[in-house]
Amino acid sequence: MNDTFQLDGASVPFAPGQTVMQAALAAGHYIPHLCYHPEFKPHGSCKLCTVKIGNHTAASCTMPAEAGLEIESDIEELNALRRTLVQMLFAEGNHFCPSCEKSGNCVLQALGYDLEVHTAGFRHMYPDRPLDASHPEILLDFNRCVLCELCVRASGEVDGKSVFALAGRGITKHLIVNSASGLLKDTNIALTDKAMEVCPVGVILKKRVGFSKPIGERRYDQRPISAQALDDAPRTPTGAKHE
Amino acid sequence: MSDNAGSNTAHLETILGCHDHDPGKLLQILREIQEQYGHISPDAITRIASQLAIPRARAESVASFYSFLHIKPDGAYRVLFSDNITDRMLGSEELMRRMCQQLWVEPGKVSEDGLVSINTTSCTGMCDQGPAMLVNGRAITRLTHQRVQEIGHLIRNRTPLADWPADFFRVDDNIRRKGLLLDNKLAPGDALRAALTLGAANIVEAIKASGLRGRGGAGFPTGLKWEACRNAAGITKHVVCNADEGEPGTFKDRVLLTSYADLVFEGMTLAALAVGAQQGYLYLRGEYRYLLEPLQAILQRRRDKNLLGEKILGQPEFDFDIAIHLGAGAYICGEESALIESLEGKRGVPRNRPPFPVTHGYMQQPTALDNVETFCQAALAIQMGAEKYKAIGTTKSTGSKLISVSGDCPRPGIYEYPFGVSVRDVLQDCGAANTRAVQISGPSGICIAEGEFGRKLGFEDLPTAGAFMVFDDSRDMFEVARNFVHFFAHESCGFCTPCRVGTSMLKQTMDKIAAGHGTSHDLNEVENLDRVLQTSSHCGLGRTACNPVLHTLKHFRPAYENRLKSLDFEPAFDLDGALARARQMTGRDDTGAHLNTEET
Ligand SMILES: Cc1cc2nc3c(=O)[nH]c(=O)nc-3n(C[C@H](O)[C@H](O)[C@H](O)COP(=O)(O)O)c2cc1C
Ligand code: SF4
Ligand code: SF4
Ligand code: FES
Repeated sequence: MNDTFQLDGASVPFAPGQTVMQAALAAGHYIPHLCYHPEFKPHGSCKLCTVKIGNHTAASCTMPAEAGLEIESDIEELNALRRTLVQMLFAEGNHFCPSCEKSGNCVLQALGYDLEVHTAGFRHMYPDRPLDASHPEILLDFNRCVLCELCVRASGEVDGKSVFALAGRGITKHLIVNSASGLLKDTNIALTDKAMEVCPVGVILKKRVGFSKPIGERRYDQRPISAQALDDAPRTPTGAKHE
Repeated sequence: MSDNAGSNTAHLETILGCHDHDPGKLLQILREIQEQYGHISPDAITRIASQLAIPRARAESVASFYSFLHIKPDGAYRVLFSDNITDRMLGSEELMRRMCQQLWVEPGKVSEDGLVSINTTSCTGMCDQGPAMLVNGRAITRLTHQRVQEIGHLIRNRTPLADWPADFFRVDDNIRRKGLLLDNKLAPGDALRAALTLGAANIVEAIKASGLRGRGGAGFPTGLKWEACRNAAGITKHVVCNADEGEPGTFKDRVLLTSYADLVFEGMTLAALAVGAQQGYLYLRGEYRYLLEPLQAILQRRRDKNLLGEKILGQPEFDFDIAIHLGAGAYICGEESALIESLEGKRGVPRNRPPFPVTHGYMQQPTALDNVETFCQAALAIQMGAEKYKAIGTTKSTGSKLISVSGDCPRPGIYEYPFGVSVRDVLQDCGAANTRAVQISGPSGICIAEGEFGRKLGFEDLPTAGAFMVFDDSRDMFEVARNFVHFFAHESCGFCTPCRVGTSMLKQTMDKIAAGHGTSHDLNEVENLDRVLQTSSHCGLGRTACNPVLHTLKHFRPAYENRLKSLDFEPAFDLDGALARARQMTGRDDTGAHLNTEET
């Protein structure tokens, strides 16, 4: 018999070693997330997945599941927090969605819609982040980076290349590539790399494939991210079926 | 002195060799290269990475994390003015302005001839003898206009730092009040012998019984921590001493390491005995670089006396030694898990917890990590016995506490009291008059105002890591808070969204209010940011970053409101401000060069 915890009143089974996020998704319960990806070790940096356990808050993607926990997630207080975090991420970078190739497939944008972020909320910071178009096949538009380190993890752990890393500290933290010139063309990145697939926003782009699928027919145009994420989640056999 | 670029590669090879080409020593390697060459060139980064067999991007990523490491050429003389509020209150801003004028350099930039750069840095831990600065990493205290001018001349004449007047580098202990720690009469080895007669398990019991709690701020019971580490699975264990002392206004660990280092090492050694550790590390903040050689000499003396090394004091299975790691300018490395990351040669980013360091610390092995003062107190508690120790202080805060007093008072320095002393008593002892507020335990702590001076230092009421900054009635508490907000924004490691973005937004908002463009809307935004920082930040830095504003707003709201415009909303984009650069370039500042946006 599996142990369970309570999530917004529903009983969620879990296997030993699972985090709250893993168990919840496997059982068909959505908790908003950005830096978490089912194929990688949890990172715990975006904090969109913050949940409440009594008076205390924690990132559910890194929190080990424990029997008997009473967890709140889909409550106004936390959704307001998540809206502010999304606003912060928008304000920190330069996101001009209408001209972005990732529009409609972008996790940040989809979270914005799903959480009903209707206003900018903060003064935008307009950082100066030049593009890297040096590579013949790949474009890096740093303006949109949300520093989730998924590309760093994918390139290091899956591709075994470490093409990407984060440099700097605090608000000046930024993505760098593994070359003395600082340019992508001088790295050993390949189109087939896992790192090419994982960026939740529009930083790492294949050149010359712009807008092959029209806006309106893209991933999160079809179904909101809260539904998509559940379709994508690995299910444990014990997990309750979704829908 | 910097000899340009990494052209001289022989040194680089020597440094790499000294560290066995160990990627875990990356930070120490980078730090030594910085010290040798004045900056870490792209070439040097490439060479280090290839020699250590790590991706280049990783070496760059570590080098760019720490404030004292420069990956771009910097001045041959790198001047950093300590920028704590206490330095400012002693006139540091004006000193810096004048020095910039004297040497023809803009703050934050390198002079055209590459001779000098002048900038600010977070509190250097010299608040009782400020204003202070670092020149090429060396601390200089008691700055005056005359001293700064002399320094300017020495720099212009390219006088090597070694030939500067020794008095510039004098750092005083300023011990004003002694108690059981500062008055101890222990000889090296005394507490260790007492510990050996007790035996490992009984040391843990004695520390538990003494009621000793961590002196680094959080007040975790030391005995419980050591017990957990002792019981943790694994043969290889570590003891780490946290000498990062980055909290602005705190300088008691500096004094302990200057004049009581034997006691610190003695405490670490008996901790090793208690938990079963073989290796110890002292993580020393980069600002205290000048203490490295004296501390190493003391370690050697202890080895010579068989108080460190193999078979300590003749005990067949008691092997333990201590190495010193230097930080490189990052407050976050005082947070225990970030410190461990930094010890491993990485960026100082706090880990996800659980697991905790007692089971998965340095190299994922069990680690007992404590503050400098905690180790001293532990040695004293073992020497005195738990019962006698427990009788000092209060029920939940046993023993004594070192307080670092600075700010508006005639006798700043180190004061040792049994826990439970009132703020008023400390103020009286340091001679403070007309006190408006006291910042307890630094920017991340608590700001209290006059009505509360009866409150007591201790975990029951006012927990403290030791900082005690005094502000008299001439001080503007808004500016105090703004200084602290800048500190947090500068020191945020940038890992998590709320703190990385939130501290910067807070800084922008405080600057907007300071510039006279604030509205009540901005005060609401501060309160919103606080909620977000408190509920979702990854570590204590983000969770406490709003405290200075919230506490000063609570006590000194008029200091904010007097600066607000009566408007509810004020556009963030300042048209006239946008012209400032053009004015600077054209050298104009007449009315025609300003947009008149004020409705006066
Ligand atoms: C941002 C931050 C900075 C810290 N800086 C220090 C420090 O400089 N020195 C210190 O001893 N503890 C510091 N701490 C507390 C440590 O994480 C840890 O609790 C302490 O070193 C444990 O030792 P203790 O139990 O002896 O107090 C800091 C914590 C945070 C969140
Ligand atoms: S480039 Fe994309 S995947 Fe990489 S850190 Fe930035 S947002 Fe994340
Ligand atoms: S709270 Fe701040 S310092 Fe702590 S992990 Fe987050 S960004 Fe880093
Ligand atoms: S999804 Fe949990 S912190 Fe990002």
